[in-house]
Amino acid sequence: MFDTNELVINMGPQHPSTHGVLRVVLRLDGETVVDAEVVIGYLHRGIEKLSENRNWTQIILLTDRMDYVAAATSNVGYCETVEKLMQLEVPRRARYVRTILCELQRIASHCLWVGTHAMDIGAMTVFLYAFRERELILDLFEEFCGARLTYNSMRIGGLPLDIPPGWDKKVLEFCKIMDGKVDEYETLLTHNRIWLERTRGVGVISGAEAAGLGMCGPALRGSGVPRDVRKDEPYAAYDEMDFDVPVGVNGDTYDRYLVRMEEFRQSLRIIRQATEGLPEGPIVGKVPRLIKPPAGETYHAIESPKGELGYFIVSDGKSTNPYRFRVRPPSFCNLQALPRLARGHLVADVVALIGSIDIVLGEVDR
Amino acid sequence: MIDTFVIPLLQIVIVLNATLVAVTYMVLLERKVIAWAQSRLGPMRVGPYGILQPVADAVKLMIKEDITPVRADRWVFTAAPIISMVPALIVYAVIPFGPRITLFGRSVPLYITDINVGLLYIVSVASVGVYGIILAGYASNSKYPLLASLRASAQLISYEVAVTLTLVSVILLAGSLSMVNIVNAQFNARVWFGFAQPVAFVIFLIGGLAETNRAPFDLPEAEQELTGGFHTEYSGMRFALFFLAEYANMIVVSSVATTLFLGGWLPPFPNTPALHFLYFVPSWAWFLIKSFVFLYVFIWVRATLPRYRYDQLMRLGWKVLIPLAIANLVVTGIVKVLIG
Repeated sequence: MFDTNELVINMGPQHPSTHGVLRVVLRLDGETVVDAEVVIGYLHRGIEKLSENRNWTQIILLTDRMDYVAAATSNVGYCETVEKLMQLEVPRRARYVRTILCELQRIASHCLWVGTHAMDIGAMTVFLYAFRERELILDLFEEFCGARLTYNSMRIGGLPLDIPPGWDKKVLEFCKIMDGKVDEYETLLTHNRIWLERTRGVGVISGAEAAGLGMCGPALRGSGVPRDVRKDEPYAAYDEMDFDVPVGVNGDTYDRYLVRMEEFRQSLRIIRQATEGLPEGPIVGKVPRLIKPPAGETYHAIESPKGELGYFIVSDGKSTNPYRFRVRPPSFCNLQALPRLARGHLVADVVALIGSIDIVLGEVDR
Repeated sequence: MIDTFVIPLLQIVIVLNATLVAVTYMVLLERKVIAWAQSRLGPMRVGPYGILQPVADAVKLMIKEDITPVRADRWVFTAAPIISMVPALIVYAVIPFGPRITLFGRSVPLYITDINVGLLYIVSVASVGVYGIILAGYASNSKYPLLASLRASAQLISYEVAVTLTLVSVILLAGSLSMVNIVNAQFNARVWFGFAQPVAFVIFLIGGLAETNRAPFDLPEAEQELTGGFHTEYSGMRFALFFLAEYANMIVVSSVATTLFLGGWLPPFPNTPALHFLYFVPSWAWFLIKSFVFLYVFIWVRATLPRYRYDQLMRLGWKVLIPLAIANLVVTGIVKVLIG
């Protein structure tokens, strides 16, 4: 009667804080996690295979559906990969606008992250504050391309549309508002004793181990590895921008939190530079009417809000669709670390950790 | 005849109904206050500014299907919400909303009864409510509620120790366990016990939050971790009973805090001639205002703070609050003996 079996618990796929349809099978001893197994695939839509039957422009629309909270970043990554394969020159103005959109998207994605992460730990007010500001960004996107979630906002070789008149002023206005709002989130969380107790020392991982697990983005930088594709292999107009890459020290949930909070500020810095120095000129380069890249393969990575988002594309040079289309999604790679991070912690920490690695299931499953 | 039966019966009916209405409106108040804190509007659709929302909620909960899981322990599953709700209501029997007043030429007390072990009665009856949560988690035969009920039992038992210790230091000051006498003692002392016992007051507030499962101690129902905690498997009116019990307990804790630390129905610095004009406000109004302040603080805290983790909560209880409460009790005792 009094046996001490481990309790196996299914966290998800329907669970309030697994951020979608993630399923984590937890083996518990009391409330301590002995082992965690991540089960994915509930949101698999076969985007990679689908792409092999779509022409090169149609795929942009599919990339929207991967990281749906940062669709513009996925668009940029894909378009740049094809441009690299076709060796297309993108006009400077288009590269600047791409940079602005990417960084706005990073702020929107981080807003969602800080909201849900805080909500998982029980601070519900931050969630609504962050969504309030995310709304402003969605309005900006709506004005730019008409959509609020899945933008389809890029074209191979440039942009579909120039920015609307006065849009850049609105972006700068938003930057001014957002400055104060980031401080507001920090007031509620950064020095809060309960927040510190809940995040400090939870899910500690060393830089070497994190890199070994393939972690990337803020989750890796929280462990002190200054790897940022924007700095290391600049794309869009990042080589002309002046910004810092924040890194953590301890590699715990709190450091990952601090890194992302600082990224808010750095993104605002980039947006200001790019908007104020926005060059005049065309928005689309010399793109052939029929997009048909030469035979060959290429890999190109960008820094999405979640980490290193890479595209590997093979073209056979004959058809108007890719021969092979493969994505390296940052959420998927970061999710691999969850069992390692969760082991030995409590159930309550698992939800904090899921929030701390910032996953989007649309991107994990594709 | 009238004094022994009719008036107490009337009082019970009034208090019971007033409590239930207060509880339902407490839910609305919480939603509204949190909404304001979060720059939203809250319920706005049912009635002007959503004031009829509790009615809609009640109707919805009553006509909802009441599901009992197949593998649940049927009797315990049914009994658990009742065990949770009943103690929360019968505690009101000894809470004094005001002194004895004259109404229609008849001297009527503004409390149902004043027993000489009132405080002990509250503490013991309130502890019974914990069984409701434990049994609910056990009877659901489901994993998340089980974890939640384990958390609940550990949490409530450890915080009850701290809270009860603070109550003892108040009893030392008042020299009585009767709720009415405790208020009268504050009248004689000319000061609320909250000023005389600040440490006990703070510990009582924190412990009160923990005992009513409120944020940041709402671990037994931590929605983000345990998908709803002990009431995961409950629906319809049985769920509503748990819900009402939680809010009824909040009102109980506020009322007890008001009585013990903020002078119950007394105005600030009672029995001070210079402030005599404050008696202009009726006694029950003072009581309600002070209780309302506590309830507002409870909601405010929920809108602001993240949630503690289970082990941190136990650490806070056993390593900080209980030693502090004991130290406070010892100091109170020594001072009391020295002053005489």
